[in-house]
Amino acid sequence: MIRKSWGERTFEAGNMLLLALLSLVTLYPLWHEISISLSSAAGAMRGGLFLFPRGFTLDAYKSVLSSSFIWLAYRNSIFVAVVGTVLHVLFTATTAYALNKRGLPGVKAMTLLLIFTMVFSGGMIPTYLLVKSLGLTNTLWALIFPGMISAFNVIVMQSFMRTIPEEVEESAMMDGANPLRIFFTIIMPLCKPVIATIALWECVGLWNNFMQALIYLNDKKLFTLPLLLKEIIAGQQLATDSGQFTTFAAESAIAATVIVSIVPILAVYPFLQKYFMKGTMLGSVKS
Amino acid sequence: MSHQVKVPHGALMNTGSKSRSSAFMKSFHKHKYYYVLLLPGIIYFILFKYIPMGGIAIAFQDFRIAGNVFDSPWAGLKWFNILFESPDFWTALRNTVIISFYKLLFNFPAPIILALLLNELINGAFKRIVQTIIYFPHFVSWVVLGSILFSVFSVDTGVTKWLGLSTSPIMNPELFRGFLVGSEMWKEVGWGTVIYLAAIAGVNQELYEAAKIDGANRFKLVLHVTLPSIASTIVVLLILRTGQILNVGFDQIFILYNPLVYNVADVLDTYVYRVGLTMGRFSLATAAGLFQAVVGLCLLVFTNWLVKRMGERGLW
Repeated sequence: MIRKSWGERTFEAGNMLLLALLSLVTLYPLWHEISISLSSAAGAMRGGLFLFPRGFTLDAYKSVLSSSFIWLAYRNSIFVAVVGTVLHVLFTATTAYALNKRGLPGVKAMTLLLIFTMVFSGGMIPTYLLVKSLGLTNTLWALIFPGMISAFNVIVMQSFMRTIPEEVEESAMMDGANPLRIFFTIIMPLCKPVIATIALWECVGLWNNFMQALIYLNDKKLFTLPLLLKEIIAGQQLATDSGQFTTFAAESAIAATVIVSIVPILAVYPFLQKYFMKGTMLGSVKS
Repeated sequence: MSHQVKVPHGALMNTGSKSRSSAFMKSFHKHKYYYVLLLPGIIYFILFKYIPMGGIAIAFQDFRIAGNVFDSPWAGLKWFNILFESPDFWTALRNTVIISFYKLLFNFPAPIILALLLNELINGAFKRIVQTIIYFPHFVSWVVLGSILFSVFSVDTGVTKWLGLSTSPIMNPELFRGFLVGSEMWKEVGWGTVIYLAAIAGVNQELYEAAKIDGANRFKLVLHVTLPSIASTIVVLLILRTGQILNVGFDQIFILYNPLVYNVADVLDTYVYRVGLTMGRFSLATAAGLFQAVVGLCLLVFTNWLVKRMGERGLW
């Protein structure tokens, strides 16, 4: 081992310091929010840097969790995330598998039409009018169907499926299995890693989906967590401005709602990190 | 021109149409299971992607919500004229371009630099901890991050006064755009390194050894080995990014903007939403959306062409 120069060691120390600082800056806002959600009115209103909650209290959580809307929103968000993810993975896989069959008449044209949807789209208004004319507005399906398959994920899945040796399918074909059976009993199980990646990808996207919820849902019983949160912020600001609420009630209620809505993300974060990284690499190999 | 081609083609088709169609049926029968698997995809892409593309027609019509695309009267370029004469549209376009330019200038190189710094870390455990922390905000929605930023930068409960500011940067027209750029960097810079770290991991180690023998120090290794090796990744991401120049991110701006900063913050995405879905002027909003999509497509094609001319590999 060559001895490191003075300059090199300074760089290493400086680099570690910089990255540690960056980590702190990344974490701090989250910590600030947790502290506010657990602080008393007077404590929260003093502002400044929060190292710990001031005047520890669980009142904000009690009031947020006693509202029926947050539980409804939780249920709606879970429904959209679960059903949306299952449908997305299933139909992305069927599309990718069939489009990988080079000998299939029409496959080239269909692949081109698929790729074209990645660079051009009808846009917000025509899509809204379509969803409306299908009668999907004010149903949770409006958050599921319009994004049911994505061209990008089809391509990611295709490139994974190409790594499966053809002999696997051929021998099953010899045994008289039809393509549907081969797909469900052989291909899908072999695709577990890419399915896990895309499923997590989609699940987080659906859980965080705000814009479509905003556009398609009016009934408060159907609100998902992001939309409910936005409404609470807007509503509390309005209430604060008109003097109905103290700022504290607004800030702590918002903070508690925020924390409650990211608990599931925190819970699955270790898996997310693992599979997302694999997924991004799959994507980068392709491009 | 298509007419000229069609006639002889049709004549040819007629002579062999019977055998052709039976061959088609045979081939269809042979592959029917694959078409069964394709069916959901075909229905989805026609219904949710291509029908809305056809729906762009309403930008050239006097669209009435009671009617549909087929019985609305044609209006030519009327809506585009109205759009290009509307000061609100120009404000939105200008804001979009300015915000996008700043985001490209600062937030595109940031993850590259951060990835290079992360790669220089020798302590593996420390590196993993930093990565775990800085990836996290990527997985949280703008609604949640927006509410967090509101309270962190609130005059009452936040660090605003502590930082020496008298108003929240979110409420200050002079600071708002900078805040958009900074908060996006805060959310995405960590995650953005993943793809570059993957590219760096793929660099041939022999190149480093050879450069070291030539007496290169660490800085020179980065400059002459790492950066050239990941250049193709950078270029591909840059091309994709330029195609998105008129899409600055609806969620972030919609969550953060407020009446105090509308002038500097209203962008095309929020303009289309407001004009179309709040005011119900569907034709005008579709025209604005079409403008956005066409410019995006042109930029993508142009950058790809430019990159190829400069001797790099493009997207296609």
